[in-house]
This record gives sequence, C-alpha cells and structure tokens, in this order.
Amino acid sequence: MHEMSIANSILEAVQKEARRYPGSRATKVAVRIGELAALDGESLRFCFEVLAGEMELKDLELEIEWCPRRHRCARCDRTFVVRDYEFRCPTCQELAPECVSGDELELAYVEVEHDEPSAVGKESS
Amino acid sequence: MNRVPLEKKVLSENDRLAASLRERFQQHGVFCVNLISSPGSGKTTLLERTLEALPRGSRVAVLTGDIQTENDAARLKRFGFPVKQITTGGTCHLDARMIERHLADWNLDDLDILFIENVGNLVCPSSYDLGEAAKIVVLSVTEGEDKPLKYPSIFFKSELMVLSKIDLLPHVPFDAHLAEENARRVHPEMEIVRVSCMTRIGLAAWLTWLEQRRTAYLAQKPEVVI
Repeated sequence: MHEMSIANSILEAVQKEARRYPGSRATKVAVRIGELAALDGESLRFCFEVLAGEMELKDLELEIEWCPRRHRCARCDRTFVVRDYEFRCPTCQELAPECVSGDELELAYVEVEHDEPSAVGKESS
Repeated sequence: MNRVPLEKKVLSENDRLAASLRERFQQHGVFCVNLISSPGSGKTTLLERTLEALPRGSRVAVLTGDIQTENDAARLKRFGFPVKQITTGGTCHLDARMIERHLADWNLDDLDILFIENVGNLVCPSSYDLGEAAKIVVLSVTEGEDKPLKYPSIFFKSELMVLSKIDLLPHVPFDAHLAEENARRVHPEMEIVRVSCMTRIGLAAWLTWLEQRRTAYLAQKPEVVI
C-alpha cells in the first residue's frame, strides 16, 4: 500500500542524482529490498512506472535485488540465510536470533548516459 | 554509460527526520512508543484504559493517526491529557514529518511519555521510523494466529506484542499459544502481554512493561546521546 511513496522516494533520489550530471539522463536505477521490508515488487513496479511517466523519466528502468533474511550465529560466527523461520545455525545447530540483514530498502546505483538526440530509451522491464 | 553508486536508504529523508526526532526525545527524556496493528484490534481502547489508569498529572501525550475523522482524538481527550489527531487524508501510515509537524507546539520538557497510535495497518507503518524508542504491535484474538507469519516485518521490528481482547478467547477459535509461538518464530526475543480492556486483565502487566521499558530507556540515555 505504501509502494507509491516508496516509488516516489526512489524517483526523487534519481532526479537529484541526475542533476549532478548535466547533459545526461538516468536510464536505470537499482534498489535492494529485503524480504522483511514489507514491499510488493509488482506493486512497486506499477507505481514506479506511473510516477516515472509523470516525472518525465518514463524510460527509466527499475532493477530490484531481493535480499533474504540472514542471521549470524554468535557461537561460530557463520552468517546464514533463514528459510521458514529456521533460526538454528546450519553448522553448529545453535539458536541464532541475531538478524543481520533482510530489511533493506536501499538505493544501490543509478546508470546515466549522455543524452543524444537520436537515443532511444530502453523499455522498462 | 556511467554507473553511479548511491548506497543510501530509499527513505533517507524520513530516516533523517526520525533520527532528529529520536535525538530530541532523548535530550528531553521523552519515552516514545509507536503502536501498530490492523484496524479494529484495539489500539485506541488500549490507550483509553492506559490513560484512565495513569495518575492525574502524569506527563503523557498522544498523537493518533487515521486516514479520516477526529474520532480517536475525541475519545482520548476525555482523560485530560494532551491529544492530537493526525489525519493523513489517504496515506496508509504515519511518517516522521507528520510527527515533527504535530509536535511543533508541544514543549517536550513537559512530557515523560509520548504514545503514537499509527494508522490501522500491519504493513506500511513498519517501514517508517518515527523516532520512537520502541514499536509495539497489537494483535487481537479475533484475527488469525498466523498474522505474525503473514506480516513478519512488523512483528520482527516490534519489541512487544500486546495480545488484545483475551476476554473473547472462550468464544473464538483462536489459539493464543500458537499466536505467541508464531510471533516468536518471526522474532525470537518478542515480549508478550495478554490484555483485555473489557475485564482489565493484563493491564497491570502492560503498564509495568511500559514503566520498566521507560526506566531502561532513561538509563541508556547518556550512552545513546553521544
């Protein structure tokens, strides 16, 4: 439900970044989203496309990297991906409640290219 | 083509405002909690019973969020503490800017506890830091025991789960142990209190949790302020 405001924040960050490169335009933005971030990818893409069109960024591609929930074992220091809420360390079977990633909601990078009159923008995926 | 690394949070503006709120709360010794639940699970009633139980003269205030209406603020104002309604006009969550704006004419030195009642929604409020010391999730026994598994984000980020409406347990097919087990599957260190605002069972445990958590918050204050 809050995908619209998330999409808006992503696009604002892209606009801000693009202003640092006069004569260029942003073609792609990559974000990292954790499985605990409570975001729906389809919905985010939809909102992103609608808003990007309104903000004259309509050919901007959105890449989403999904980040699984990872816990760290205090005993053996191993970091492992948690599936089905199984918090036991696969190595030493210790219960490892310390969550080290999985709630990311981060901008990774923006790709910009020099604007040429003949350039054809990429389709959003 | 030029790839520019950004390496920052999508909600960095909200996070920046929330960090500044958190610092202000710490400076003024205000213990702020953010109550989150689906609509109708009893956040406002829990706050009514809480305000009713507090001694007159307690330095407590409430910000209550809804998409429309001032109904909750009207209910909560009856207890004589400062209460403000935040009407989001369609937005499904509160954000740090709304909190900052609505705090503008309150003097934080006059407060010990600030309750924020978020918009009824188990999803979106979990993404928005409001500068609170603790998130609290309320789950009522008229919902499903599997809510923590379906909406893990908010259960993962909350320190306390208030299991509400427990007076209805004899009348509904709700397995309270299973609900608590599910909450701890998502968040192994989750603290839990069972409360009925009708019979008032569990209210003392809830008030004790608040007081103990506030004491812990004040004790850690000097470290955090550095």
